[in-house]
Amino acid sequence: MSGPTLLDSLFQRSLEDLIKGLRLYVGDESTFISKSLDEIRREIKSTDPQTKSIALQKLTYLHSIHGVDMSWASFHAIELSSSHSLNFKRVAYLAASLSFDPSTTDVILLLTNQLRKDLQSPNSHEVSLALNALYFIATPDLARDLTPEVFILLNSNKGSTRKKAIALILRLFELYPDAVRVCFKRLVENLENSDPGIVSAVVGVFCELARNEAKSYLPLAPEFYKILVESRNNWLLIKVLKIFLELAPLEPRLGKRLVEPICDHLKRTGAKSLAFECVRTIVTSFSEYEFAVRLAVEKIKEFLNDDDPNLKYLGLQALTIVAPKHLWAVMENKDFVIRSLSDADANIKLEALQLVLAMVSEDNVMDICKVLINYALKSDPEFCNEILGCILLACSRNVYEIIVDFDWYVSLLGEMTRIPHCQKGEEIENQLVDIGMRVKDARPQLVRVGRDLLIDPALFGNPFVHRILSAAAWVSGEYVRFSKNPSELVEALLQPRTSLLPSSIKAVYIQSAFKVLTFYVHHYISTKGVISSASQGVEDLMHGRVQENPQFVRTGPVADSDTDDGGLNPMMLHRPVRDVSVESFEDMSVAHEWLSSTSSKVEPITEESIVSILNFVETTLGPLSGSHDVEILERSRNVLGLVELIREELLGYLVKREEDNDKGQRKTHEMIKLIAEAFSEELGPVSASSQERVPVPEGMVLNQNLADLDAICGDLGLHIPTSFSFGRSISSGKDDVTMSDLQSKEEVESTESTSLLAEHRKRHGLYYLQSQKKEMVYDDYPPANDLKTGNNADDEADDLVKLTEQSLFPKKKANQAKPRPVVVKLDDGDGPFIPAKKVESKDDLISGAVRDVLLGDEATTSSSRTKKSDKSSSKRRQKDKLDIDKSSVLKEDSKALENSELENASLRRSKRHSRGKEKKHRSIAKDRDEHEEGDKQKVSHNHGKHKSRQRADVALTLAAQSPVIPDFLL
Amino acid sequence: MIKGVILMNDKGKPRLVKFYDYHPAEKQQELIRRLYGVLSSRAEDVSNFVKVDSLFGPDTRLVYKTYATLHILFIFDSSENELAMLDLMQVFVEAMDKCFSNVRELDIVFNFNKVHAILDEIILGGQVLETSSSEVVKAVEEISKYSPNPLCFFSLLFFTHQVSQDAISYFLFRMERAANSLMAVPSITGWQGR
Repeated sequence: MSGPTLLDSLFQRSLEDLIKGLRLYVGDESTFISKSLDEIRREIKSTDPQTKSIALQKLTYLHSIHGVDMSWASFHAIELSSSHSLNFKRVAYLAASLSFDPSTTDVILLLTNQLRKDLQSPNSHEVSLALNALYFIATPDLARDLTPEVFILLNSNKGSTRKKAIALILRLFELYPDAVRVCFKRLVENLENSDPGIVSAVVGVFCELARNEAKSYLPLAPEFYKILVESRNNWLLIKVLKIFLELAPLEPRLGKRLVEPICDHLKRTGAKSLAFECVRTIVTSFSEYEFAVRLAVEKIKEFLNDDDPNLKYLGLQALTIVAPKHLWAVMENKDFVIRSLSDADANIKLEALQLVLAMVSEDNVMDICKVLINYALKSDPEFCNEILGCILLACSRNVYEIIVDFDWYVSLLGEMTRIPHCQKGEEIENQLVDIGMRVKDARPQLVRVGRDLLIDPALFGNPFVHRILSAAAWVSGEYVRFSKNPSELVEALLQPRTSLLPSSIKAVYIQSAFKVLTFYVHHYISTKGVISSASQGVEDLMHGRVQENPQFVRTGPVADSDTDDGGLNPMMLHRPVRDVSVESFEDMSVAHEWLSSTSSKVEPITEESIVSILNFVETTLGPLSGSHDVEILERSRNVLGLVELIREELLGYLVKREEDNDKGQRKTHEMIKLIAEAFSEELGPVSASSQERVPVPEGMVLNQNLADLDAICGDLGLHIPTSFSFGRSISSGKDDVTMSDLQSKEEVESTESTSLLAEHRKRHGLYYLQSQKKEMVYDDYPPANDLKTGNNADDEADDLVKLTEQSLFPKKKANQAKPRPVVVKLDDGDGPFIPAKKVESKDDLISGAVRDVLLGDEATTSSSRTKKSDKSSSKRRQKDKLDIDKSSVLKEDSKALENSELENASLRRSKRHSRGKEKKHRSIAKDRDEHEEGDKQKVSHNHGKHKSRQRADVALTLAAQSPVIPDFLL
Repeated sequence: MIKGVILMNDKGKPRLVKFYDYHPAEKQQELIRRLYGVLSSRAEDVSNFVKVDSLFGPDTRLVYKTYATLHILFIFDSSENELAMLDLMQVFVEAMDKCFSNVRELDIVFNFNKVHAILDEIILGGQVLETSSSEVVKAVEEISKYSPNPLCFFSLLFFTHQVSQDAISYFLFRMERAANSLMAVPSITGWQGR
């Protein structure tokens, strides 16, 4: 490319030409732009500033409006900025501010001197151009280098320049926290300025600063208070209110003084913006002042009834803030809120929805949900899902706190699934499974709802509800014992349309079919068994029933865990009768009841029905045993294997019905029983923090062998301890039971066993509340699994006391008149883990510096200064003394001198002593590095950081010792 | 603080883009596209707020206002009052109105620099500095005194013939108007929209 000729310059297209050309150009814009870019590339190299500036101007335009890259032209902008013409400067600075990236544009440093020159210029326009540009392109280095110039401008005679300098200060503080030490005092002085514009700018800066770290600015409360009372400038008042919004929670005594002026403003003002800000401040920070809240709610009502949708929206937003503490305010506007649900404006609808759900309580949850579901049916898909999401969230809050009637809620979940726009599959899935595990009493209804969902062919069409179907399948399989018609379930689970489901869900279907089938056949066999073995006597019958049909014995917890153990350990099957006999009489009645109540409804199971089901399963699953998906493949093979087994059993049964029970037959019989029992084991929720609470077993030293393992497995060794304990926690406590129970069984004779058991139970109860709950409800019956001896009865009782003490539930007697069903709750693991908020280190730096300045010690100012003047600690001490005097003077200025101040000063002095010493060491160390330019910077930075953190600590202790600030107010 | 000011027309074409945090050009364009998508889906006579957390991160709000064919968007965080932002928009429009005497979209298209100058007088670094439109106009007019004319040709004229600057500005102004009307762009009326 050649440089531009004179002719080019003369006939250069101006920005206007470019824009016009672009507007008139027919066809692809980008071709025109790239053509113009070629032109610009040539022109911008011109030595004529006029040509250059026009080229840059065009380029800036294309960059800003059409997104053209102009990073290549950074240097040209810098070149042009040194022009004497204000106009060219303006073009250059505009280009810089719109296109420079402070983190990557490296030529920015070249601007330092030009900016400094312009900041010192007598022409206020140049100054304001430089200030404006500096905001956009400031880097930490630039901020450090130009702080002195901006500091001078803070006292500029020209109001507009001063305002701009003040606004820029914020950026400098952010990038170069040490600027606080230089500029803060002057910034505060500007608060007293008579020009409201300047005060407004300063308040704006403090508003931003206070948002990050309000505490440091408490000492300025009197100044802000003065503005609040005296000013009539709405902009200013809004910003001051914003500051007090941050300060009020830190100092409760502020409230007393502030509430009245704020209420005055609220009553007086005609400006909606100020009125809203007053309302927001009151409801957010002063909600304990009843009269103020009343006033604010009155105002909110005015907003709600306004025609302007903006005011309506903001009014609703304010109500949302009030809701948690003053629900009455929402109730008063209930009608409006409900009406707003059908507003044309999506914003208003959403706010209204939030409010409606804020009103939800135990008593009205059913009504409100009914209303909302009706709205959801009428709404557009987006809002419909918004509603569903909110209902799900509100109802599941705090482990279903507001739900009393779980049957209703489960049905509601089923109803939601049928809403055509429903996209909340994942959430509903989780809740269905979660309720199944937590709320025993809801299980029958769950199975009913699950069945309805499974047999509904329309649901396959909506991919969003597939996950709900997965939950329905799981629930039906897991709690099949509540099902009225298991054979129908098998058919539903294996219906041909399941091919529409994703394979992971299909696998759940097959597994559930497995469970249902097992239950079905087992049920059949055991009823047969009962009939055929009737002659064996009552005792045997009882034993057989209780053991073979554990799912009928939905009794005490101990019975459950007994059979569970049995399910996993074949040895236990031959447990002596007396193990169960203690409770079995009681249980038998339950089992009988169940049998009699269900047998009338459940269609009688016949060989024919079983055979037909088996055939059905075989024909549908046969093709799947060659599936490519391993999950499906494996599970369908399992089911087919079971079918095979049952066939054998059934045939044997049919053939040998007349004969006595044969041993071979017994075997398959027992196997099915085993499988059925394995599935009847109950799954419960596991606390997220249960892992931590698993005590390390005695004699186990976690660290001991790890070194060896490290050597053996290399980096793999690292994972071993975690995976070990993870496995334990994942086993959901139940396996724990089995393991330690087994242990105890092995040592039946030894006296240790009982204590082991007790210990286990105690531990168990700590993180797995289910057992705890059970023991509470059924504490009349001794746990059957315990081999009780007289002397450990007391221990038992003690354990029980402990457990109930730890309990989360209010103690309920089992025979209370239909209470809310027990919801298994984990002590703390239910909520998602929220990491503690970390304060940004940069804010730390700023606020640390601010505290310094406000508390008046200025001697140890910027690190650069301390670097030069240091060494003698005695000198420093003197200086410190001076500072303390100075600081007290400063305090006096701001009417802050209190008696306690003296204490503070001495405290500070003693702290300073130690700090001075430390610094001395540091500075000596630093002298060594001083020659290396780059390092020096880094060191000073670190140094500053360290120091300010130290200071922050000091300031904190001060604040803790005596809250100095509000005393000016009181 | 205010995080950005965007002017775009009702076809989604940006007319002025100013972000107070650095965003690369492509990201700016992307944001504008998505904002236009949001705005164009909103009905008339609804509230002027849009939730933009997904675009700009938490604690950001957006208010917009439509003046004839032009949307004005302000993006800001919780240290600004929503209604005050709407007022500020009015200040901005008033200032432009005074500078261009009855402003139209085309004025904004062709006066890239001046519109930026006006905005810079009102907001610096995301802080509101001036809320009186007449003060803004005064400052901008003062700066314009320094600037030569937009066309080289006329600036040559200015130097050679010593024609008074005002005369040239006036002449140019007429020219511009004529050009605008020649292009048969629908004149924007009703700037004082809701």
